[in-house]
Amino acid sequence: MPVTNMVQALNSALREEMRRDKRVVVLGEDVGKRGGVFLVTEGLIDEFGPERVIDTPLTEAGIVGVAIGMALYGLKPVAEIQFIDFIYEAFDQIATNLSKIRRRSGGMFSAPVVIRGPCCGGVKGGMFHSQSNEAYFVHTAGLKVVMPSRPYDAKGLLKASIRGEDPVIFLEPKVLYRAIKEEVPEEDYVVPIGEARVVQEGSDVTIVTWGAMVYKALEVSKIARSRHGWEAEVIDLRTLFPFDKDAIIRSLEKTGRLVIVHEAPKTLGLGAEIAAYVAENAIELLKAPVARVTGFDAPFPLAHEKLYMPNEARIYMALSRVMSY
Amino acid sequence: MAHHFTAYEVEELLPELKASLGLRRFIDEEGNEVQKVPLGPEPLMRMYITMVRARILDEWLLRLQRVGKVALHAPNVGQEAAAAGSAMALREEDWLFPSYRELAAYIARGMNEEEILDRAMANIDDPLRGSEFVVYGHRKYNIVPAPVPVGSQVPLAVGAAMAAKILGHSVVTMAIFGDGATSRADFHAGLNFAGVFRAPVVFVIQNNAWAISMPSRRQTAAKTFALKGVAYGVPGVRVDGNDVIAVYTTASEAVERARAGEGPTLLEAVTYRLGPHTTADDPDRYRPREEAKAMEKFDPIRRLGKYLKARGIISEKEEREIWSEWGERIERIVKRCYEKPPLPPSVVLENVYSEPTWNLEEQMRELEESLEVMKELGIGVE
Ligand SMILES: Cc1ncc(C[n+]2csc(CCOP(=O)(O)OP(=O)(O)O)c2C)c(N)n1
Ligand SMILES: [Mg+2]
Repeated sequence: MPVTNMVQALNSALREEMRRDKRVVVLGEDVGKRGGVFLVTEGLIDEFGPERVIDTPLTEAGIVGVAIGMALYGLKPVAEIQFIDFIYEAFDQIATNLSKIRRRSGGMFSAPVVIRGPCCGGVKGGMFHSQSNEAYFVHTAGLKVVMPSRPYDAKGLLKASIRGEDPVIFLEPKVLYRAIKEEVPEEDYVVPIGEARVVQEGSDVTIVTWGAMVYKALEVSKIARSRHGWEAEVIDLRTLFPFDKDAIIRSLEKTGRLVIVHEAPKTLGLGAEIAAYVAENAIELLKAPVARVTGFDAPFPLAHEKLYMPNEARIYMALSRVMSY
Repeated sequence: MAHHFTAYEVEELLPELKASLGLRRFIDEEGNEVQKVPLGPEPLMRMYITMVRARILDEWLLRLQRVGKVALHAPNVGQEAAAAGSAMALREEDWLFPSYRELAAYIARGMNEEEILDRAMANIDDPLRGSEFVVYGHRKYNIVPAPVPVGSQVPLAVGAAMAAKILGHSVVTMAIFGDGATSRADFHAGLNFAGVFRAPVVFVIQNNAWAISMPSRRQTAAKTFALKGVAYGVPGVRVDGNDVIAVYTTASEAVERARAGEGPTLLEAVTYRLGPHTTADDPDRYRPREEAKAMEKFDPIRRLGKYLKARGIISEKEEREIWSEWGERIERIVKRCYEKPPLPPSVVLENVYSEPTWNLEEQMRELEESLEVMKELGIGVE
């Protein structure tokens, strides 16, 4: 099996899906010759030509709106947002059309668009190259939301997203693009949407997280083990909506303690929904209050991003709190 | 009844169409006067020095980015005339809504090298308090910091202009942005409002031929960007953006028109991005090196320098002295800014609301505790 990073895994997912299905097209800013600013679409224009790899004018509303129209007509567009922080111009299209066209056409029309783009912090990208804005999309009924943390999942989830019948917001933690390399099969596979992955088993506390925070959680679990002998189970949610509630409950049956870690701001972040779900459906499993470790309720900063994002210290503080309750 | 435009009414539009399809210029790339220059030595020297300062600072910012002292830089190199020429047309009380590539415009508004470098390095004196990279702004100079999402400042400039008009102030606003930004919805909304409300605003499109890897013809099928004004009832004027005299003269006319209550103007400055899009870009992936090389002969600073010498305003020696004096002065400022300490950790929770809300107070305590725990765990702050 070839060893690849996440950029290469995403690139091969696109390439294979475009070969498999003529309806798959890619559109976005600088996706052609430039190959996208992170090179996720590198070389696609050479193989599939400018009709299927479309360099667009600089407008996210245009990119998403046009992708919706293409999907209504029968294509399978994969729209790239150069940085997910720039998606807001397209938010009207997403909230008005993308997420609601199935419903508002009585099920007669649908728009299976995949919107993908780099997200999240950790690269000193400042306010508009670092955001984790998944909650807006999770909150919008009609959208599926995905965030892989490793090359294998990136490829399998992107294929599943392209093949699905629903619109998907596909968020790629840019800090992981080249940081993680692993073996990724060449033969066709998908990672089903809606299934979490237990990254590390443990019996004392469950850490539910996603994206680059998976690795922070693993690091802190090592510290917790060596300092206190606590065994943390780490769950990578992978699909943020519909999230894998059963995987969370199964883990809590073992551990009875829940720490949720996400980069996005705390207030109304996805952690709040997960905590509410557990409180409503499985409060009897809990031995301690749920703890959240999140980005602060402030715009993502240029200075001191390491202090703004959940870091080892803050995750460790939360683990200590739930373990010593 | 639908109105049929008379031949006279159609005729009336022709000068506007001509201005938006032409290319106004006063000096050619060799510094030869092709049209009588309506300016004396004083403004010409101010333009020259502003552009020189921007160029020297630009080179420093590239270097500082390479050593990790500046997070990102978007070079203004080759576009100084468009930036300086338009901003110089404003008065002190006017407002500027720039983009991220306008070093020469900030200098033209009076921002000094130290303020710019403190910002770029996000040090303790950063006026924008470490909130973002690549953008500049200052209340003192009526420069509103650019939003990194391109073009979203366009309607803001219109709104500020409408506000000035409502309050009876004789103030003009100016938005500067790229050819790429004209594709965004905000550009169209802004122009439309400006036209409808005759807002005292000047739009400056820096058409530098590229939006990262996209040539400007990918942004529009219209013949020129200036032409876009016509449909909004906003006169468009296309100028040689590397001729600072043309930019300044045209921008000044537009600013005075706005101040006189005659409404907005759209100015297209045709220029060229000589450098990479930003320090994170690799233009070799999409643009032949020869293209940028060939465009160097249009360098706006060299061009004005030649003209100044031909007109006898400066000598060869004085020209060299300007560069070396500013070079030394700016180097001293760089050194000073380099040594300044970083911003304190608490900036990450600052300026979210006028007063911190309860959640931010809680999070400030969490931040403080985390600094202690980081020490305990042996984790660095940077
Ligand atoms: C809304 C938005 N989408 C994408 C980007 C990423 N991006 C940064 S600059 C740029 C090109 C801008 O081109 P142009 O407006 O011509 O300005 P220039 O950089 O040439 O000065 C792009 C696509 C952005 N900043 N904002
Ligand atoms: Mg441009």
